Amino acid sequence: MSATMEKSEQIQQSVLRLTVNNHPGVMSAVCGLFSRRSYNLEGIMVRPIEGTDGAQSRVWLLLNEVDKLEQVMRHTEKLVDVLSVERHALEDSVFASTNGFFTV
Amino acid sequence: MIESANNPAPETAQRLSGSQLIIKLLERQGVTHIAGVPGGANLPMYDSLTGSTIQHVLARHEQGAGFIAQGMARVTGEAQVCFASSGPGASNLITAVADARLDSVPLIAITGQVPQHMIGTDAFQEIDTFGLMLPITKHNWVVRSAEELLTVVPEAFRIALSGRPGPVSIDVPKDIQNEIIEVTEWPEPAVAIATPEFDEQAVEEMLVKIRESHKPLLMIGGGIVYSGACEQLREFAEKLDIPTVQTFMGLGILPDDHRLSLGMLGMHGARYTNYLLEECDMLIGLGVRFDDRATGKVEAFCPNAAIIHVDIDRSEIGKVKNPMLSIQADVGEVLTIANQQLEAMQRPLWQQRVDQLKAAHPLVLDGQDDLFRPYGAIKAVADILDDTATISTDVGQHQMWVAQAYPFNRPRQWISSGGLGTMGFGLPAAIGAALAQPERKSVCFSGDGSFMMNIQEMATAAEENLDVKIVILNNGHLGLVRQQQTLFYEKNLNAVKFQQTVDFAKAAEAMGVKGVNLALSDDPMTDLKNALLEHGPCVINLPISETEMVYPMVAPGGANADMIGGEVE
Repeated sequence: MSATMEKSEQIQQSVLRLTVNNHPGVMSAVCGLFSRRSYNLEGIMVRPIEGTDGAQSRVWLLLNEVDKLEQVMRHTEKLVDVLSVERHALEDSVFASTNGFFTV
Repeated sequence: MIESANNPAPETAQRLSGSQLIIKLLERQGVTHIAGVPGGANLPMYDSLTGSTIQHVLARHEQGAGFIAQGMARVTGEAQVCFASSGPGASNLITAVADARLDSVPLIAITGQVPQHMIGTDAFQEIDTFGLMLPITKHNWVVRSAEELLTVVPEAFRIALSGRPGPVSIDVPKDIQNEIIEVTEWPEPAVAIATPEFDEQAVEEMLVKIRESHKPLLMIGGGIVYSGACEQLREFAEKLDIPTVQTFMGLGILPDDHRLSLGMLGMHGARYTNYLLEECDMLIGLGVRFDDRATGKVEAFCPNAAIIHVDIDRSEIGKVKNPMLSIQADVGEVLTIANQQLEAMQRPLWQQRVDQLKAAHPLVLDGQDDLFRPYGAIKAVADILDDTATISTDVGQHQMWVAQAYPFNRPRQWISSGGLGTMGFGLPAAIGAALAQPERKSVCFSGDGSFMMNIQEMATAAEENLDVKIVILNNGHLGLVRQQQTLFYEKNLNAVKFQQTVDFAKAAEAMGVKGVNLALSDDPMTDLKNALLEHGPCVINLPISETEMVYPMVAPGGANADMIGGEVE
């Protein structure tokens, strides 16, 4: 991958922070939505939310979408098990602090 | 259940199995018919159906069951239920569920699944129904306990009916169907959640903009039908004097001969209709999703128009066209508020232009006086019937001819597979329409290609003795494919002619349905009339030439202004 591509990708990236019901199928629903609407999903991080007794999970999504982001969010909000969708800055997201885990 | 201190006798707990719970919950929900096919993994549900007030309709294929339920849902607007077993039963439902999604039909698919301890073992007739249904439903479930059914079943109805309607599916492992639990309290039958709130100021703003425009058009679609807003729409259009195009799903909202109706737009719209869209300076989309068959090449669609978009589904707003103003709301509520403050106005110049284009480029219904030509056949059927009949179609040329030429005069008079375009939709959907509204005649136009795709449901129509009439425009070909090969593939006609034809009248007789072959008739018009007007299922074969074309036609991906054919001679 060329340096220029890396740079343009960085410019294009957005982060979404989802709160979802934690039960089987939720990840399928989120990932399935992205694949069938051909939205570019670059990274995903999920864990149950502390203090919800396992009822809810937090999903972090790293997207290569800027122009379609509003549309992505509207579609994601329609999923019944998705409780909230928020935009988040890349800098202080979970992705910024885990870069070291994704090297060759 | 103790509702108050004055209620001394708590209801005694009932011990019920999961399958009994399902049937009871469906009864409480007001379900009167279920279309389905039993099999190994849903046997408990069929066992529990015995003695129920619900009438089961035994389809001959699960896809038929799905479309029978869809037919019921499309004419009533109520959520309707289909049953299938696991594995192939569930996978056979898929097409009907996907079809319901694209046309926003409230359908509830309840499937049996192998017992939980066998899930994941590649058990007999095991398939990942949850995974298959996930991308084609509004929401779906695998039920993990009988207790869960008490929330899942009402929730299924709520989701299917709320906002933009659509299908849901519930997969129930067999052990859950057999699990016994004590039930003391029943959930209230579910209804749709409240429609989204919206800013009434936006309605005011919309009206200001519409008044400022000089050449506005209304584009109205299925959302108006589902909202029950046809009267409001009519008042709105009339008071603001706005010419109105109807999408495929919106046919019937305005009566066919209404002065403001420009018929259907898009790929097979009339020339004047598509030309007017080129010229308009404002397009007000109400309950529409700007489907590609309606818009043609998006960049070239209404190039001079500011867009106003009202839709209940927020994700539709801005999906295809960026509106200058949008309201996410139930379109009927928006129109009701708008109509309260409307002063009638007139647009003589714009209407003059409409008349001018309409006179120069009308919809040409070639051969409408000949029974054995497509428009002639459709006109003849329409002349025999009145507006109480429900008209359904399959998919292909006949569908487009009916959409162009049949005089639709009320909402839900017209049911057809718009988004998914499923051949085989027509017969089972017509059966569903007849089941839900036995007082109406249910007439389906089909083609010889489409009809073969769910022909087995003739036996279902015979068994239920429904007033279903199938008019097959038979050209011995996959006509719309032939048309595309003719126009866009240099007449390289490949795999479109049926070398082995089917005698549909005889096939009908073989399944207990009356068959009429107008090709052999001495007085075809009288025979057609008799066949349509008497009660009971009947298949009417009506031969047409394979060289008949649907015109005008916009090439797929082309701009709507670039139409082929359909000019006045």
